[in-house]
Amino acid sequence: MSTPTAPVTMIPARHDTACPFAPPPAYTEAASTGPVSRAELPDGSPCWLVTGYQEVRTVLSDRRFSADARRPAFPFLTEGRRELVAANPSFLRLDDPEHARLRRMVTGDFLVKRVEEMRPGIQQIVDEALDRMIARGGPAGPADLVADFALPVPSLVICLLLGVPYEDREEFQANSRLLLTTEADDRDVARAQEELLDYLGRLAERKRTEPGEDILSRLATREDLTLREIASTGVLLLVAGHETTANMIGLSTALLLRHPEQVARLADPAAVPGAVEELLRLLTIVHTGVPRLAVEDVELGGTLIRAGDGVMAMLSTANRDDGLFGTEGHLGVDEVDLDREARRHVSFGFGVHQCLGQPLARAELQIALATLFRRLPGLRLAVPEEELEFRTEALIYGLGSLPVRW
Amino acid sequence: MSAMHVNVERDRCCSSGQCVMTVPEIFEQDDQDGLVRVLLSAVPAPRFADVRLAAELCPGGAITVTEDDGAGTAA
Repeated sequence: MSTPTAPVTMIPARHDTACPFAPPPAYTEAASTGPVSRAELPDGSPCWLVTGYQEVRTVLSDRRFSADARRPAFPFLTEGRRELVAANPSFLRLDDPEHARLRRMVTGDFLVKRVEEMRPGIQQIVDEALDRMIARGGPAGPADLVADFALPVPSLVICLLLGVPYEDREEFQANSRLLLTTEADDRDVARAQEELLDYLGRLAERKRTEPGEDILSRLATREDLTLREIASTGVLLLVAGHETTANMIGLSTALLLRHPEQVARLADPAAVPGAVEELLRLLTIVHTGVPRLAVEDVELGGTLIRAGDGVMAMLSTANRDDGLFGTEGHLGVDEVDLDREARRHVSFGFGVHQCLGQPLARAELQIALATLFRRLPGLRLAVPEEELEFRTEALIYGLGSLPVRW
Repeated sequence: MSAMHVNVERDRCCSSGQCVMTVPEIFEQDDQDGLVRVLLSAVPAPRFADVRLAAELCPGGAITVTEDDGAGTAA
């Protein structure tokens, strides 16, 4: 056990505005004291901060740590979320076998070969989004790369896959952001969740009688799913399908604009997949950690975690493990090095909950970033970097906007 | 001659696709259930490192790699 004098990290910790691409310094400082340390949630309850690479993998893959957020004492960043998740757990917050039953109903849509077949369609969506951004911004800009490119591309892709009308984006994008912020009023978050569930539920109901070639239609015509289960799965896929990739495109672009020498690597198609892995590793957009509850006593990284203890698995510090990613001949783990062997990162999580949409996310990022820098070689920031608005309060880290010229 | 064999426990597969992305010559995802299938259980030597990485990356721990150094001992 840790001694009473060991530092206690307050979650969520603040970012350092001088290092906006790095996780909050309190987490990296905690990581430097050991792989497991003490932390405190906003409601004052204690939990364990797991920062080491191997320990994070263990927490996320060992069944002695539960993802079932209905369990008492499951760690939450806000009390309001506890009730919301308890009322409507998507499979992200359930354990097997309930989790596997629901997840396996949608795995077929995200298989590697399915995503490979989607590449020409994704390329077209990327090209058309860029055409519109260039038409709007004129021959040299400016434009907001988040609103005009980073957000539309994954939103269009997931809308097409799910069978959600893209015209409804303003409402679902605004509600998604409410669900993913730590600063909104609990009632607003509850309303956002209800509106999204109602919206997906109504869509699914309509698809029962008029099915299309999409995921919602397929789920809606199954007899072994309740409308609420379909709506929960729909909300999970819709929110996870656009906010995450959108933030990765925006942040990656802003980071690459700092490193013009690295951008050249994206011109080599063979180097693009590895480059995207490095961006996923370094930017690790889930800065707040992945919550779990110990359901048995577990010895982890020299610390005894008791059954009933809350645990936060910190992906961002795991992805900065020096022994794993700090290989000789490459830049330090806090620097972007597009030639690094970064495939061991845990940015998509680990264990049975690991991101279902990762082949799709990878394809979107590879196509979006390679096409953006190929078509706009003169891309640059339209404002000083200090003026960029980083969403420090969001569960998924990213940029509110990214003004650019070309 | 060293040899490598790969086995999968399909009920541990969560269809992340990591193995297919890492070594498409050895692993595939079944069209029907989306779960892993091994295309080639005797791994050719040039793919040893990739298969070890695929096993390491598998989030469900579904992949087991058996290596025989040729002296009759398996690791």
